[in-house]
Amino acid sequence: MKTVDLVRTAAANTVRSKLRTTLTVLALFVGAFTLTLTTALGAGVSDYVTKQVASLGAGDVFLISKASPTSTGGGPQKYDPATSTASSGTANPLTGSSGTLSATDITTLKNISGLSDVAPISQVSIDWIRAGSSDKYQVSIAPTSSIARSDLTAGTQLDAASSQRQLTLPDEYVKALGLGSASAAVGTTATLGITDLLGAHHEVTATIVGISNASLLSSGAGGNAALVEELAQLQKASSASPDHYQVAVAHFDATATAPQIDALKKRISAEGMSAQTIADQLGAIQTVITGITGVLNAFAIVALLAAAFGIVNTLLMSVQERTREIGLMKAMGMSNGRVFALFSLEAAFIGLLGSLLGAVGAMLLGIPLSAGLAAGPLSGLAGLHLLLFQPTSIVGVILLIVVIAFLAGTLPARRAARKTPIDALRYE
Amino acid sequence: MTNTLPGAVAPLLEARRLSKWYGKGDSRFHALDDVSLSIRRGESLAIVGKSGSGKSTLMHILALLDSVDAGEVLVDGEDARRLSRRAVNRLRNRRFGFVFQQFFLTPGTSVLDNVVLPLTITGVPAAERRRRGMAALARFDLADKARNRATDLSGGQKQRVVLTRALVGEPDVIFADEPTGNLDSATGAIVEDELFALNREHGITLVIVTHDEDLAARCDRQVHMRDGRLVEFTSAPAGVSA
Repeated sequence: MKTVDLVRTAAANTVRSKLRTTLTVLALFVGAFTLTLTTALGAGVSDYVTKQVASLGAGDVFLISKASPTSTGGGPQKYDPATSTASSGTANPLTGSSGTLSATDITTLKNISGLSDVAPISQVSIDWIRAGSSDKYQVSIAPTSSIARSDLTAGTQLDAASSQRQLTLPDEYVKALGLGSASAAVGTTATLGITDLLGAHHEVTATIVGISNASLLSSGAGGNAALVEELAQLQKASSASPDHYQVAVAHFDATATAPQIDALKKRISAEGMSAQTIADQLGAIQTVITGITGVLNAFAIVALLAAAFGIVNTLLMSVQERTREIGLMKAMGMSNGRVFALFSLEAAFIGLLGSLLGAVGAMLLGIPLSAGLAAGPLSGLAGLHLLLFQPTSIVGVILLIVVIAFLAGTLPARRAARKTPIDALRYE
Repeated sequence: MTNTLPGAVAPLLEARRLSKWYGKGDSRFHALDDVSLSIRRGESLAIVGKSGSGKSTLMHILALLDSVDAGEVLVDGEDARRLSRRAVNRLRNRRFGFVFQQFFLTPGTSVLDNVVLPLTITGVPAAERRRRGMAALARFDLADKARNRATDLSGGQKQRVVLTRALVGEPDVIFADEPTGNLDSATGAIVEDELFALNREHGITLVIVTHDEDLAARCDRQVHMRDGRLVEFTSAPAGVSA
């Protein structure tokens, strides 16, 4: 029997017992539907994170923090104003470290060859922001905003080298502060209020240079070095308390290779600090997302395994029912191999039907759902398409299911192929 | 067709001292006991006997559908055991046609698809299959039924479809197991006439298993079976060959 006839016969046979095929296809449909959605979810989130990483720029920057303290000896450690660090008690979500960097650490970093422009990042607590005669609103400045780039809707990025005090604001502030539109807000001046250590109030003005989209990774306002420095000085109120920093930034050669970056990280880690690139930090987020989609995929695979047993059952019944037909075909000289191929192909065809329907169903549901979410509950995260249907992954899902179905079909197909023509013909 | 020896034409099929047992232990019984038989090209042979006499078993063995416990089957003088499985499949596909006790029509598929099944298995291209299938159906006035479902036909029509299927591959021999067993006498007679017409006009060898004495009497030669043994040979007076 020619292969084309084999395929045609297999396809015709699957639609011969419609109810049984439909039920088996339904089981596969569930698996295909789930797998398509979860892979689309993974791809959507991954794509968003990647875009955010690209928008942050700063590929040549380390964020350096104190390594998590490891207790090496017994008892409390002696205080030394030059080296001792204050524990903030809570882990910093940005770096995962609870220690702070001291002035000595900064000096150490500056002495490491390969690192340039080492700068501590000061944590500033702003009370409020106001533009002109508007109401005062709470605001926070992201600590690393001076080195990262924001996803801007209007204006320009912060200029780290400028002596002008610059500010970028999330676009939700535009309306609140009565600045009209995003483009109109660029270039206007805002006033920031801050309370120093001694309780005195200060006001600082800054020029709004950019309006940013809200995003998963950079929330809050951004300030350039000049602004943050000014605020930090005011906050300290000329006190003589030792400087402590949550994070320091250091630049490295933008052309550095991965092993060179690793060597630098080891060097920094030897000094009791840990360095992470922006990509490392986002990698952690991506790992979590990958983990979640992995678990969802595992559920889908379990559904597919159940469906595979359904296929085995369906085809075993089919082989039983068509014993005489198999006998006739073998009596007429059909080889065992072709009989095997016929039944395996039937299974693969059922797999193809189920996976195609599942993938199409998932897209029919997912595309409007994703659009609806982007317009509604997730509108705060501009550029996020929760479900991203990639042709390659859909084809991959379909292929996977066809292969699973085919494998499930080999068991009944073997049984069919092994029947002797005469036993099959005598079967009542 | 190939001849084993130049000058001497080997019989189409030859059975030598066939033995076949069924079952095991006490329930074991001798389905075929030392059966020897030779079938010449172009003759019509009836294998007659009561049910359980071993006549169907003999036919299955001659058609290389079943194995033997002792003895040998020769096709054109060549021992069938020496043929590869592939060669046996090819032989059954190209040179044998079958009419079984039941119709064995595939439900839900068209008459034409059923008829051309041997050609499909051979790998004949679809267009030629269709042409040959329609020509064979036309012979039995079934051309207008080609698109019908095979299972929707009457018993007589079904048996004619089965006959069409048996001859579509232009075989050398048709094995028919009780070809009229499921038919009323009128339809049975039509099917009989068609079988013998094939034998006369195309020289197709017939091996007919039956318990119907009238049908057997129309064959060139009859062999009678009882308890797995050949007990009687009869040649019809008008037989073409003795």
